[in-house]
Amino acid sequence: MEIDPFIFRLSIFILSIFIGYYVVWSVTPSLHTPLMSVTNAISSVIIVGAIIAALAGKTGNIFDTANIFGFLAIILAAVNIFGGFLVTQRMLAMYKKKKKDKK
Amino acid sequence: MISANLLAVFYLISGVLFILALRGLSSPETSRQGNLFGIIGMAIAIGVTIVSAGNFSTGFLYLLILLLVGGSIGAFIAFKIPMTAMPELVAGFHSLVGLAAVFVAISAFLNPEVFNLGSIGNIKIASLIEMSLGASIGAITFTGSIIAFLKLRGIMSGNPITFPGQHYLNLLLGLSVAALIFYLCKIQSGSFFWLIIAISFLLGILLIIPIGGADMPVVISMLNSYSGWAAAGIGFTLENTALIITGALVGSSGAILSYIMCKGMNRSFFSVILGGFGGTDQSLTSTKGKEQKPVKSGNADDAAFLMKNASSVIIVPGYGMAVAQAQHALKEMVDALKKNGVKVSYAIHPVAGRMPGHMNVLLAEANVPYDEVFELEEINNDFANCDVAYVIGANDVTNPIAKTDPQSPIYGMPILDVEKSKSVLFVKRSLSPGYAGIDNDLFYRDNTLMLFADAKKMTEEISKSL
Repeated sequence: MEIDPFIFRLSIFILSIFIGYYVVWSVTPSLHTPLMSVTNAISSVIIVGAIIAALAGKTGNIFDTANIFGFLAIILAAVNIFGGFLVTQRMLAMYKKKKKDKK
Repeated sequence: MISANLLAVFYLISGVLFILALRGLSSPETSRQGNLFGIIGMAIAIGVTIVSAGNFSTGFLYLLILLLVGGSIGAFIAFKIPMTAMPELVAGFHSLVGLAAVFVAISAFLNPEVFNLGSIGNIKIASLIEMSLGASIGAITFTGSIIAFLKLRGIMSGNPITFPGQHYLNLLLGLSVAALIFYLCKIQSGSFFWLIIAISFLLGILLIIPIGGADMPVVISMLNSYSGWAAAGIGFTLENTALIITGALVGSSGAILSYIMCKGMNRSFFSVILGGFGGTDQSLTSTKGKEQKPVKSGNADDAAFLMKNASSVIIVPGYGMAVAQAQHALKEMVDALKKNGVKVSYAIHPVAGRMPGHMNVLLAEANVPYDEVFELEEINNDFANCDVAYVIGANDVTNPIAKTDPQSPIYGMPILDVEKSKSVLFVKRSLSPGYAGIDNDLFYRDNTLMLFADAKKMTEEISKSL
């Protein structure tokens, strides 16, 4: 009997939850805000679904309802991806250690 | 075209890069590199998806334009947003992820062939369940985040909105979503699918309106978690490893943050997930009659004198600092103190501010080195040996009543032991109670000097007199 591919995906899912659990506990509390903005950015990888949906269909007819929803999702996810990563970058750039020349 | 297997490998690589992105956040030094990993992972995922679609005609052009439009909007927001508005921004971004998940689920439902899910009216049962769950959680995330955004922005009052039977209504709505998913699998009718989404939109609103302003750290973390689960649901539908991994990561990340926030407020995880933090209204009455108690108040010169002659000062920032945008003024004051040879550190309560780590970001913005900023457990014992505690914009998190009065709504909440320091300077506009609606005993202590003023103005004045 073959194993349903769903089970493989489920395994990936469960194991990723565990990875997430341990990785996130090791995030220093002072970086919790960047953590939120970066998780927000990476969850926008949902854009891959949007791209598939948007580009699907017969050539010449890309304005099916399904395509339009895909395109809409692309904009939303793009705002998030750029906004999320850039704002994280901006925040992380601010975290500095004590300057040595001060002492 | 790339083969499906190769595509899957690329998605796996993206997923791993996303894990490394989060891993990088374990320390500020590695965090910037982590963010870069995240960006690379995203670029790979988008790149291979476009290549695999193999459609370089008109659609591709639109895709690029939309990416550019969305990207510029996002970049513009990211550069313009003031750090104090970060909680709203994150809430707003969550709503976009939620809505995007709903849209992707809708297009998968309308055009299942593209995603190999079967054909219209004959979609695989498992896929139907996955996409309905993704759409439903996405819809809850969307409206819930909008409400959170409005509350944080101050467009909507931060007061909890409650009505009788709220929990039962939510439960009923939740159950009806489950029932609709069940019927959707039996009869694949579009109207069930639309109804699931509509009810979930409503549920998102109802779940968040009863939650008050200062509980927003939990709400934001929770919505963060939801957006992850929505992404994972869509990931299962699309059979996409990158999405499944990311969804799981984000989901557990948000859940952990909510847990940390709950612990910081001594609330149970489940009462938070179900929403509806009531219980803050009855305590408002108890503040009357206490206001007659004597309070010592001082001005900037008194405060400057006290701190200049101290050998160590601990700063306790709270949401009020964010509101008054006082972080830069605070840094100047601290610099002046340091010139006088005073040892200064910062103490951050887990739920200070409106989102996890809110205070840390603001202090970082004001160029406060992160190794001077300490978490509650790290610094709490130091208050006993500290000369002056400077409380700026915090209130409930310093209230000793949390340790002494089992009747108090904040009883059991871990607090910063500000009262143990030799003297306390409390910058506050008035004696009004904090969010929890209870009086702070600290105001009336002998060693407390109240500084009644705007946090920023007072801090600036102190710097001047130093």
